[in-house]
Amino acid sequence: MATIVITPPKKFSIPKVGELWEAREVLYRFGARDVTLRYRQTLLGVVWVVLQPLLTALVFVLVFTKVGHVNYGNSKPIVFIFAGVVVWNLFSGIITRAQGSLVSNRDLVSKVFFPRMLVPLAVVYSCLVDFLVSMAFLVVLMILFGVNPGVAVLLGPLWTVMVILLGSAVGLVTSALTVRYRDVNYFVPFLLQFLLFASPIIYPISEVPAKYRIIYDLNPLTWLMQAFQWSFVRQPIPYPWEIAAAIVVPILAFVAGAIIFEQMERGFADTI
Amino acid sequence: MLQQLASNVSPVSKDASITVSGLSKTYRIYTREHQPTTAAEAVIKKMKRSGPKKVVEQFQALHDVSFEVNWGEVVGIIGRNGAGKSTLLKIINRITAPTTGRLELGGRVGSLLEVGTGFHPELTGRENIYLNGTLLGMRRREIKERFDAIVDFAGTEKFLDTQVKRYSTGMYIRLAFAVAAHLDSEILVVDEVLAVGDSDFQAKCLRKMREVARDGRTVLLVSHQLQTVSDLCTSALYMDAGRLVLHGTVEEAMEEYKRSFARAAPILKEASARPGTGELRFLEVEVANDITKPGEEVIVEFSIGANPSFGNRYHISGFVNDENGMVIAQCDSRVIDFWLDPSTENEGRLVLRTPWLKPGAYTVDMMIHAGGHPTDIWEQACHFQVLPVTPYPHPTTPDGTDRGAVFPDFDYSQR
Repeated sequence: MATIVITPPKKFSIPKVGELWEAREVLYRFGARDVTLRYRQTLLGVVWVVLQPLLTALVFVLVFTKVGHVNYGNSKPIVFIFAGVVVWNLFSGIITRAQGSLVSNRDLVSKVFFPRMLVPLAVVYSCLVDFLVSMAFLVVLMILFGVNPGVAVLLGPLWTVMVILLGSAVGLVTSALTVRYRDVNYFVPFLLQFLLFASPIIYPISEVPAKYRIIYDLNPLTWLMQAFQWSFVRQPIPYPWEIAAAIVVPILAFVAGAIIFEQMERGFADTI
Repeated sequence: MLQQLASNVSPVSKDASITVSGLSKTYRIYTREHQPTTAAEAVIKKMKRSGPKKVVEQFQALHDVSFEVNWGEVVGIIGRNGAGKSTLLKIINRITAPTTGRLELGGRVGSLLEVGTGFHPELTGRENIYLNGTLLGMRRREIKERFDAIVDFAGTEKFLDTQVKRYSTGMYIRLAFAVAAHLDSEILVVDEVLAVGDSDFQAKCLRKMREVARDGRTVLLVSHQLQTVSDLCTSALYMDAGRLVLHGTVEEAMEEYKRSFARAAPILKEASARPGTGELRFLEVEVANDITKPGEEVIVEFSIGANPSFGNRYHISGFVNDENGMVIAQCDSRVIDFWLDPSTENEGRLVLRTPWLKPGAYTVDMMIHAGGHPTDIWEQACHFQVLPVTPYPHPTTPDGTDRGAVFPDFDYSQR
């Protein structure tokens, strides 16, 4: 039987992968809890998952095609925008739900031992369920509007994983910050709203004036959204460097997020 | 007898199950005006580094604690509030990290620190068993195997698929305790859980803990109920002000505990000598009627200093202790939704109507709590005597009233 040794934390600690793996069941239970709770005592239940992005997409279609006259190239605007909103919901959903997760589970954090990182990470589960349901509806839309995505669609799962990693990285850091500084609660929604419009999510990158392009190029969401749009809604293939960055950066961001979280974790039980 | 059993049966290892050496825990307390609570403030602070340095006060909750516990022992931890018992358990549970020192645990730690933590009111009993079991470190397979035993222990089989928000408090606690009790951990840590549930259930819990010890595992038990400690424990730790004063037999520890009550009173008049973060302190605590009779109200009057920079409202807690240091009554102002505002000096009173106290000497511990931290812990802030008269209309020989911790207000009638 293993002896557990407890010593004061070192100056710099890296996440204990073994401990996380041991506790993977907790991740699943948290996730399952969130999914159950979201749909218990709702009338329309899972319909909301599709209805919310669909209604949002319809508003954007109206604004961007009737008022704004954006050119969606090869894509049907409704399909393009719906796909964008669905991916965006995955990304922003992870961040939003992760952010308050530690504070709303304060009882657990201050009274039970388990790797705290699992609390913000567990929100991925319910966000992913929402995402998959919405994606199923996207397929319906694609069939309805005769959109044939081609073989690039096979890379869809890869982009999804990258969006999850990137979202989780931000979610880990903001959740840990929220424990200490509650004003993160006000800042993050604003930042997300800004990002939604400042990234090529509901309009194609081709519509962005050349002089602003450099700013867009620095945004990881630009790379990921282009990859998605290439895979699903017949937009042109992104530059090779963008594809490479879309894969490498989220992984690095996730590792960095986990390490930052680990440094902040030790004080949780004492400050939350 | 337990000790004997334990030494015969030691399936796990001959070594100590818990080895603690030089363990200390220091909390840093930022005085309010210096602690940034918003990110904006923190950034501003960082930028004008040249300003006055952050004022950090150190609060040493544990001071160089060392001890060893063997397999099969049930160890009681006793000491007054603020002695460091809970901090010690929190470190053993890995909820918080020690500042210095080292702790070796010979196996998995199961905790009954806060029964029902992780229970979600919207989930059903069944779902909560799985969620809570997992949180406590059980595998899915383990929970499945023990599921029936857990439900049986709790006696809630009829309500398995009911959301626990519809449970009675008793059911809720029984189920929560059942899950924790069936965790097959080598070390079991129990904090004051036996105060809940009916006597049948309490007896069940005590049996369970004895079983655990008989299997050669280790139980650590924190309790204010000295009766429980002496019934159950094979040895005891007595702690005072973050230090381990004594590790010995239960009787020795109890003696020391009782003696400490006689000693401490005059010193603590000095606010700065008292435990607690110090942001809010009692100025004065007094019993209005320091000689009283059973059945009469006990009125504790207190005044508390102002601290305008302290943002949170706070609540008061008062413990009434008997001569043995046993807590007879806890009067936490939260349960009646009584809160005070720190911006002004406050005067208040605690009126204790029941229980009817038995004759003897009593002390009252008064505490101020805010934001989850005690700001002042004034043990034995005041004391009073209850005169040896009976509150009942028809006095009898002593055997009619000498059992029980308090005089109940009861009635018999024919149906």
